[in-house]
Amino acid sequence: MAAPDPRTVAVVAAGGVVGSLGRYAAGLALPHAPGTFPWATFLVNVSGSLAMGLLVAWLVTHPGAHRLARPFVGVGVLGGWTTFSTLAVDTVRLGDGHEQLALLYVAATFVVGILAVGLGSLIGRRTWPDISGAQEDP
Amino acid sequence: MTTALLVALGAAVGAAGRHLTNHWLRERFGATPAGGTLAVNLLGSFVLGVLAGAAADGGWLALLGIGFCGAYTTFSTLALELWSAFEDGRRREVVANAALSLALGLPAAYLGIWLAS
Repeated sequence: MAAPDPRTVAVVAAGGVVGSLGRYAAGLALPHAPGTFPWATFLVNVSGSLAMGLLVAWLVTHPGAHRLARPFVGVGVLGGWTTFSTLAVDTVRLGDGHEQLALLYVAATFVVGILAVGLGSLIGRRTWPDISGAQEDP
Repeated sequence: MTTALLVALGAAVGAAGRHLTNHWLRERFGATPAGGTLAVNLLGSFVLGVLAGAAADGGWLALLGIGFCGAYTTFSTLALELWSAFEDGRRREVVANAALSLALGLPAAYLGIWLAS
């Protein structure tokens, strides 16, 4: 079994701190009262998904990118910024008395989140010209 | 300020833990990236459920809930995996992955809350 690369672990941890402090700040800015739509978690998950689409498009169009860029931003920062555990726990809590809101919340997060990745990817591919493609078709 | 430091500490361990869990599942069991994402999300949802059920607050919630569980689990990678499968026309995989994440993730959170309440 190959040992994990210590530099990758270090940048993932550092990125996770940055992203999680941002999510903590978002939670303070948009407090969530019980029985209401969890806007802060919804917005971090959707914006993080958009950023993930942009990141993947950037990596595809920048083959010379540093090898730690993806673990730092993708696993660390965006992994720390977005969360599945709070989505699950908030949905279960909303389900106790606010079933329709719970269903709306979880469905909206998944549908808008998936589409946000697609939108980020589309914006990214239009913003950054594909270097490999440009060489093949001058 | 102290709360932010506890969030940061929990997040550093959680993010590294997610990477190491994925690494271990891949090396040891040949798990796919989607399988690794599912595993961390289920485990993190259970742990946050336990914290919620135990009515954890203050420093413990900051360290283990907002910091550790928040960084250990991810939505952005799950959304990317679902979008990639959708874009490639792997519709069954989209449905299976989303359904498993919810059909196991919500009960994992519920179980944690129930056990700790």
